[in-house]
Amino acid sequence: MVTLQFVPYTEIEGLTSLGRIRKLLNIAKQNKIVLLQGRLSKEEEAELIKVTMEEISKEFKGIELAVINPTESQLTGVQKFKHSMFSMILGQREGLTIVGPANVVKSIKKDPNKIELFTSERRKK
Amino acid sequence: MINLFKKFFSIFKFKSKKNVKLGLYGPPNSGKSTLANKICLDWLGQEMSTVSPVAHETREIQVKEQISIKSKDGKELLFNLVDTPGIATKIDYEDFLKAGIPEPEAKKRAKEATKGIIDAIKWLDEMDSVVVVLDATQDPYSQVNITIIGNLAARNIPVIIAANKVDLKKASLKKVQAAFPQYPIVGISAKYGKNIEQFYEQLFKTIG
Repeated sequence: MVTLQFVPYTEIEGLTSLGRIRKLLNIAKQNKIVLLQGRLSKEEEAELIKVTMEEISKEFKGIELAVINPTESQLTGVQKFKHSMFSMILGQREGLTIVGPANVVKSIKKDPNKIELFTSERRKK
Repeated sequence: MINLFKKFFSIFKFKSKKNVKLGLYGPPNSGKSTLANKICLDWLGQEMSTVSPVAHETREIQVKEQISIKSKDGKELLFNLVDTPGIATKIDYEDFLKAGIPEPEAKKRAKEATKGIIDAIKWLDEMDSVVVVLDATQDPYSQVNITIIGNLAARNIPVIIAANKVDLKKASLKKVQAAFPQYPIVGISAKYGKNIEQFYEQLFKTIG
């Protein structure tokens, strides 16, 4: 069975960067797939990879990560400017971030508008 | 806010031309070390890194200092080349076992690979320019590619994308161009030297 946990943006907006990363990673380490409303910043994404690497163990092999934001690619110059202003004030609420534990999520394929998530099959003993 | 200050001051950052750091970044097995070796062979007459079909062969940052390349019109570019471990979001020592590496060595490699990724991310701030080496036979929309390029953009670091392995049938330069239309992209084969002159010309345009 695969468990998906939805995390609304309001749950992370008050947290520090490290707090956000810890929250997402702690859920993923419980073998749940995180569906986060919105996005982390690019720096936070890199930090998420860094912290993940620090925590690799026999039980935790890492994560699969994907961010989708279909509206971003369709925006024109002025709209992009407006969007970045809103993001600065309200946070990056648009789009969806998926963080899956690597032992549950085998791979994530994505194009700008679609995400395909492939899970690992567990063999019955 | 701190990043805004960093960006602001990076505009005024002064670096000696002799200490320009050109980083090679990308996912594992995209051909960063093969490209590093090609550059070093062409301009220094010696290789820089060990290459292997097994991912995460480069697990430590490698630096080759004072590489001087020359353009056809006589311009010179001097830089320190930084070959970095491939950035990934997961490391499983069992993948090394599948590649025929014995268990103790596989575990050691996995540990070194995780440290290498941490170091590669830490070194992002040190780079003056970066060549993102992508495997043109693979999906360019992978989050690792987007995160690396996004982080370089956030730090105002000039980027060239080298779409490597264009000698292979499965390679699609068009897909890479469609994924990153705002960046200069050169389709190369680091292994066979295909389009390498074009790549050097782009280096002059971007960091020269």
